[in-house]
Amino acid sequence: MLKLLFFARLREDLGTHEETLELPEGVTSVAALREFLCRRGDNWQTALHRPGLFVAVGQQVAGWETPLQGDEEVAFFPPVTGG
Amino acid sequence: MIVVQEQDFDLQHEYAALRQDCPSIGAIVTFVGLMRDFNDGDNVKSLFLEHYAGMTENVLADIVEKAKSRWNLQAVRIIHRVGNLLPSDQIVFVGVSSAHRGDAFSACEFIMDFLKTQAPFWKREQTEQGGRWVDARRSDEDSAQRWEK
Repeated sequence: MLKLLFFARLREDLGTHEETLELPEGVTSVAALREFLCRRGDNWQTALHRPGLFVAVGQQVAGWETPLQGDEEVAFFPPVTGG
Repeated sequence: MIVVQEQDFDLQHEYAALRQDCPSIGAIVTFVGLMRDFNDGDNVKSLFLEHYAGMTENVLADIVEKAKSRWNLQAVRIIHRVGNLLPSDQIVFVGVSSAHRGDAFSACEFIMDFLKTQAPFWKREQTEQGGRWVDARRSDEDSAQRWEK
């Protein structure tokens, strides 16, 4: 199972922090996962296309073409603002 | 030592920990980041800090390793707070010990610059107009990029 995590503004926009998901048919990359999630509705489409959106796979910042096997932790979050 | 915690921290305690049992240390540089009561022209009443547990510690450890490969450092201590904070509260501590002050000054600044642009923390401000997520600053990105030169 994929473990999906959403942080900060995304967590609020989507109304969820965490979910598990069976790798959907035909989804082989992070970019394809994003497009799959965007089909859930306008709030997903908007939130997952915010400028500067980051994705981390296995807790490492990753590119959109990163391949997925189906057992990864995938996190989406806005630019960081700590310190 | 890298810690993410809700509790406050004590500068003297952290300084003492950096200083103990190492006569080869010639310099200790410490930085403390505080919560301001203003941002983008508005009064900020409180701050909520969220983070990505697990990844945060990994990113900070990676930044410390990069600093250690670049300068001659004895020890590094980082504490970052999360949860609800009020104006003047301490947010972050970075302390670096080294044989020489130049390395300690540079490494402390390097660590803060990359902490601000790479460590997964997010601030939500409560102002008189309501709550808002803080936007990343271009100037922080520029500060981190100057170390690439």
